[in-house]
Formats: sequence, structure tokens, C-alpha cells
Amino acid sequence: MARLSVTLGLCLLFSCAFAQQPPPPAAGSCAACHGQEGQGTAAFPHLAGLGEAYIRRQLDAFASGERANATMKPVASGLSETQRQAVAAYFSSLKMAPADSASAEPPDGPGRELAVHGRWDQELPACVQCHGPDGRGIGEDFPPLAGQPAGYLEDQLKAWRAGQRPAGPQGLMGHIAERLDADDLKAVAQYFAALPAAPKESGHE
Amino acid sequence: MNKSVLMVVAGCAVLGSAAWLFAMGLTGGPEDYAERYAGQSAPPAQTAGKSAGEAGKAGEAASQPSPAAKDAPAKPAAPVATSAPPRSAIPDNEFGKLVRQGEQIFANPGQFASDWVGNDLSCQNCHFDAGRYDQTASLRSAWPMYPAYRGKNKHVNDFAERLQGCFTYSMNGKAPPRDGEVIQALQAYAFWLAKGMPTGEQPEVRGYPKVADPAEPPSYARGETVFQEHCALCHGDDGQGQKAAGGAPGFPPLWGAGSYNWGAGMHRVNTAAAFIKAAMPLGKPDLTDQQAWDVALFINSHERPQDPRFNGSVKETAERFHQHQGEYGKTVNGQVLGEHSPPSGTVPRSPSP
Ligand code: HEC
Ligand code: HEC
Ligand code: HEC
Ligand code: HEC
Repeated sequence: MARLSVTLGLCLLFSCAFAQQPPPPAAGSCAACHGQEGQGTAAFPHLAGLGEAYIRRQLDAFASGERANATMKPVASGLSETQRQAVAAYFSSLKMAPADSASAEPPDGPGRELAVHGRWDQELPACVQCHGPDGRGIGEDFPPLAGQPAGYLEDQLKAWRAGQRPAGPQGLMGHIAERLDADDLKAVAQYFAALPAAPKESGHE
Repeated sequence: MNKSVLMVVAGCAVLGSAAWLFAMGLTGGPEDYAERYAGQSAPPAQTAGKSAGEAGKAGEAASQPSPAAKDAPAKPAAPVATSAPPRSAIPDNEFGKLVRQGEQIFANPGQFASDWVGNDLSCQNCHFDAGRYDQTASLRSAWPMYPAYRGKNKHVNDFAERLQGCFTYSMNGKAPPRDGEVIQALQAYAFWLAKGMPTGEQPEVRGYPKVADPAEPPSYARGETVFQEHCALCHGDDGQGQKAAGGAPGFPPLWGAGSYNWGAGMHRVNTAAAFIKAAMPLGKPDLTDQQAWDVALFINSHERPQDPRFNGSVKETAERFHQHQGEYGKTVNGQVLGEHSPPSGTVPRSPSP
């Protein structure tokens, strides 16, 4: 028991120290598109709070071209293995700033229906079953969708359908995207884009 | 129970789902989905005839009269619903309020029925889409089949008692009073979902679809490999599941104090194999029968909360209540399962918000 609490204490200490650590040099060049704190900009996705393993996997896939993107390919290829790991750990340790309470309620309609209930007569699970109840992600491998730009989310779903993005762990996400049609993509992307990336300040947590 | 083989002949029911499954088995491309579902905004309680038309080529099965239809009197029988009514059809009145409350409880009993829940599961973890999905023991297929005799407690159970059973075992909790709000709301919800299902007639799809006996006896070692490759991503290397960001429920635990107890149906290897084959990995259930059996044995060879009927002796409890395909009372990795179980019915858990 004593050993456990020491370990826990060390872990806490370590992660606090870690979060306050200055960004690794390689992260400097990311700010132009992904924001100073990895919080994203209008059309570019936020990186703060994505899983470390997830970010690393994406960088590798950009570099190899498996995830086809003309902007990110040179960026990722320019990073060494160590640098990729360092920026992944860094952005993963950052948190998104809480949304201001003015943000609008997400739209009701087919996008919400698919996100929250899925479409089980086609054996499609609800997006929130893997991406978390409010789209804020689960663990290392299931990235948050809440608050990402709608255009970005829609592009990803299209990329899977076009075979321009690896299907992800166990091929799960590719298998889902294959079964969505153009209207679904748009509606569900708009729904998640309208959700706050982090809970409102006044909320619990 | 195992009448699903009759699917093809029994033309007049389940056309929506049966025809679809059939067609998917044959073809299964995304275009196919789009085509088949193009006209699907039809009203909820479709008649068999309408949905047969929509189902296109798979509708052939519909033209064969079912045995029931042959014996039926001249007056046409009421149409059998092929799917549950959509959520939007819940009426805006007192009854509708109770139905909605039932759905809330079913989806999130830890929050809306917390006094009776003793683990981290929800009803819909095992009965998907809040009890609507046909392949995971849907509520609409259960409602018309009660009261019924159950071997588990050796008497006739009405639906309320059946619901109580899931709280005691699957939820490792306590039975809510039968005339209380929780049971009343769940009954209203199941009744509403079952609109158009003929009372007392075995539905085409009920429970979890049976999975064929495995070629080889299930193996713990093979099951462990399946678990690591196909399940641990979500349920964790230790089977304890994962919380979502912010502590909300994410992936549920498969064993340990937060999971179903040793009296729950899911601890039976055959039942778990059927569920897993039909539904796991989530969204892409592609295991072979053998893999489903192996991993079902593996997850059910770990400690979980005690059987609520435990009388102090694992041996006696096993002899009295475990004459079925389960590991309770057996020795696995040098330990007798049941000897180190966390207590059953550990209610109340964290207070509801
Ligand atoms: C010139 C703009 C630009 C710069 C600079 C840039 N990125 Fe990107 N990044 C993008 C675009 C555009 C995308 C979306 C790619 C897509 O649609 O697949 C993206 C996507 C990503 C993703 C995937 C996010 C997700 O949710 O899957 C990661 C990870 C990423 N960038 C990391 C980085 C890192 C680390 C750096 C700095 C080393 C960086 N980016 C610099 C434009 C940029
Ligand atoms: C069975 C689990 C599962 C379900 C259900 C699921 N996803 Fe995913 N999703 C994943 C995984 C795993 C990834 C990460 C893929 C990777 O690592 O490249 C992902 C990634 C994504 C991404 C990319 C995010 C980014 O930052 O680039 C989008 C967009 C997405 N999912 C949308 C959806 C939508 C919309 C739905 C519902 C229609 C959905 N997902 C349902 C598992 C799932
Ligand atoms: C993509 C994530 C994912 C994968 C992979 C996955 N599951 Fe699940 N599993 C879930 C979710 C989510 C639920 C709850 C479903 C719901 O609430 O609708 C669940 C529920 C269950 C349940 C019933 C609830 C419980 O906790 O006992 C069992 C048993 C189960 N899974 C076993 C497995 C097995 C065995 C595998 C591997 C063959 C597996 N799962 C793979 C996500 C997953
Ligand atoms: C750990 C998984 C699990 C959980 C959680 C669970 N159940 Fe079940 N439930 C089962 C199994 C297994 C069966 C038996 C299915 C079979 O025999 O094929 C069942 C059967 C039922 C039936 C009877 C179905 C029939 O056709 O006769 C009802 C009703 C039911 N459950 C309701 C609930 C309710 C309400 C809850 C939440 C309070 C719940 N269940 C939670 C696993 C679960």
C-alpha cells in the first residue's frame, strides 16, 4: 500500500511537472496552424488533449502517406522518431480551454440522432459509444470529436471512404465510415463541431 | 428459443431485419445499404406487406405463407410490427412521460435508479440501443412472452419479476419494489416498444442468437489471445473497461467488482459466446464461432461479485445453482472461482447527482 501511494505521488508530481514543461522545440512550428496551445484555429483541428498514441500514429501515417495530406506530409516527414514522440506527448498533455457559456446548443436532427443513438437497423453503433458521451474522447485511442472544425471532421470521414486514411485500430473507424452517406457525414460533423471541446467553466469537474 | 432457423419460412414477420440480414450476408456493400434504405422514412409500425416491398429482392421469402397464416381465420390478423416505433413517436402525455423515464433508466440506471444498482454497468451495455436492437435480447421481443416459467427460480415470473432479476444479478444490485417507479417505468417502456408484437407468440428473434457448438472445447489460452487482440483496446488489458474523458461511462468492465455477478446470465459461457458473436467487437462483430467461445470462457474465468444466492459455501452454491456451462466453483490458475469474490449487492454506490 505504502509503495502504491509513493508510486502514485511520483506519477502525479511527474505529470504536473510535465504539463508545465516548455514545449519541445519541434512543436514551435505547429502553432501557425494548430494554435499556440494546440487549441486549433478556424479550419485546423485542435491537438490539445488528443491521446499520445493517437497523435503519434497520425504523424507516422502522414509521413508514410497512408494518411494522405499534402500539408501535413512534409511537416511530419521533417520530424525524427524522437521528435514525433515528443510533440505527441506535449500536445496530449495540454488541455482545451473551457468554452464560454455563450456557445450555442448543438443542432437537433439527424446528426444528433446518429451521434447519440446510432442506426442499429444497419448495425451502426452510436458515435458516442466510442468517442464518449459528449464526444470528448475515451482513453488513448478514441479521439475527441467535440469542437473540431466541421469541415475537418467531414474531410476525415470522406478520406476513409476514399481509402486515404488508415482504418485505425482493428479497422473499426474505417468500417463505420464506409456505411455513412454524404448527408450523414455533413450532419454528424456539424453536430460534433457544435459541441464544446471542454465543459463550460461553470459546470462540474 | 432457437426458432431463428425458421426465419426463411415465417414470411409474415420480421421482414425488415431478416430480409436485411439475409441480403447483407449475400452482398453487403455500402451502395447496397443506401439503396435498401432509400425509402426508409416510412411510418413506424409497417405492415409485413409494405416492408416486403421495400426489401426488394429479399422479399421473395414473404410470398410464402407462414404456418400461422394457413391456420388463421378468414379475417386478416393484425399486422406484426417489424420494428419498434421511433423515439419521436412517444406521446406527449402522462404515459409518454413514463415511457421516457423507462428509457432513461434503461440507458443509465446508475444515475436514474441508483438505489438498486451495485456495479458500473447499464442495461443497454448488454441490450443495445436502449433495448431496441434485435440481436441483443430486445425488450420488444421479451414483453409479449411473460408471464413465463423460469428454470432459474422454478416458478412463473411476470415481467416485473423478470426485470427485478436483472437488477439482482446483471446489475449486481437489489430488486426495486414491483409497484415502485423504476419497475413501472421500465414496464411502460417495454410495453410501448412492443407495439404490434403478438402476445404469447415466440418472436422470430429473441434473446441472443444461438451460436453453434465449437469444433474444439473452449480454451482459456486461446481466449486470452482473442481478448488481447480484439477486446483489450476498449475493455482494457485488465478487463476493467475505460472511463470517458470527464469520468462519464465509457467502455464497461468485463469482470471484477464493477461487472455483473456470478448469478447473471452473462457469466454462462454459452450465453456470453452468443452475445459476443452477435455484438463484439462493437460495430464490427467478426469473430469466428470458435473465437467467440474461447473469449467467452476467458472473460468468465475471472472473479466477479458473488452469486447473491451464496450460502457460505462455494461448493454447495455451485451444486445447487450452477449446473450449467459456467466456471463458478471451478479451479482456474490455482484459484477456486467464487472463493475470492467481492460481495454481491453492494448498494448504494456513489450517490446520484
Ligand atoms: C501549414 C499548416 C500546418 C502546420 C504548420 C502543421 N499542421 Fe498539422 N495539420 C494541418 C492540417 C491541414 C491538418 C488536417 C489534415 C487532414 O485533413 O487530414 C493537420 C492535422 C494534424 C494532425 C491530425 C489531427 C487529428 O485529429 O487527427 C496532427 C496530429 C497534426 N496535424 C500535428 C501537427 C504537428 C505536431 C505539427 C508541428 C510539428 C503540425 N501539425 C503542423 C496543418 C498543419
Ligand atoms: C467502434 C468504435 C467507433 C465508433 C462507433 C465510431 N468511431 Fe470514430 N473513431 C474510432 C477510432 C478508433 C478512431 C481513431 C482512428 C485512428 O486512430 O486513425 C476514430 C476516429 C474518428 C475521427 C477522426 C478524428 C480526428 O481527430 O481526426 C472521426 C471524424 C470520427 N472517428 C467520426 C466518427 C463518427 C461521426 C462516428 C459515428 C457515426 C464514429 N466516429 C463512430 C472508433 C469509432
Ligand atoms: C470498440 C470498442 C469495443 C471492443 C473492441 C469490444 N467491446 Fe465489448 N463493449 C463495448 C461497448 C461500448 C459495450 C457496451 C455497449 C453499449 O452500452 O451499447 C460493450 C459491452 C460488452 C459486454 C457486455 C457488458 C459487460 O461489461 O459485460 C461484453 C461481455 C463485452 N463487451 C465483451 C467484449 C469482448 C469479449 C470483446 C472482444 C471480442 C469486446 N467486447 C470488444 C466496446 C467494445
Ligand atoms: C451483463 C449483461 C446484462 C445486463 C447489464 C442486463 N442484462 Fe438483461 N439480460 C441479460 C442476459 C444474458 C439475458 C438472457 C438473454 C438470453 O437468454 O438469451 C437477459 C434478459 C433480460 C430480459 C428478458 C429477455 C427475454 O427475452 O426474456 C429482460 C426483460 C432484461 N434482461 C432486462 C434488463 C434490464 C431492465 C436491465 C437493467 C436493469 C438489464 N437487463 C441488464 C444480460 C444483461
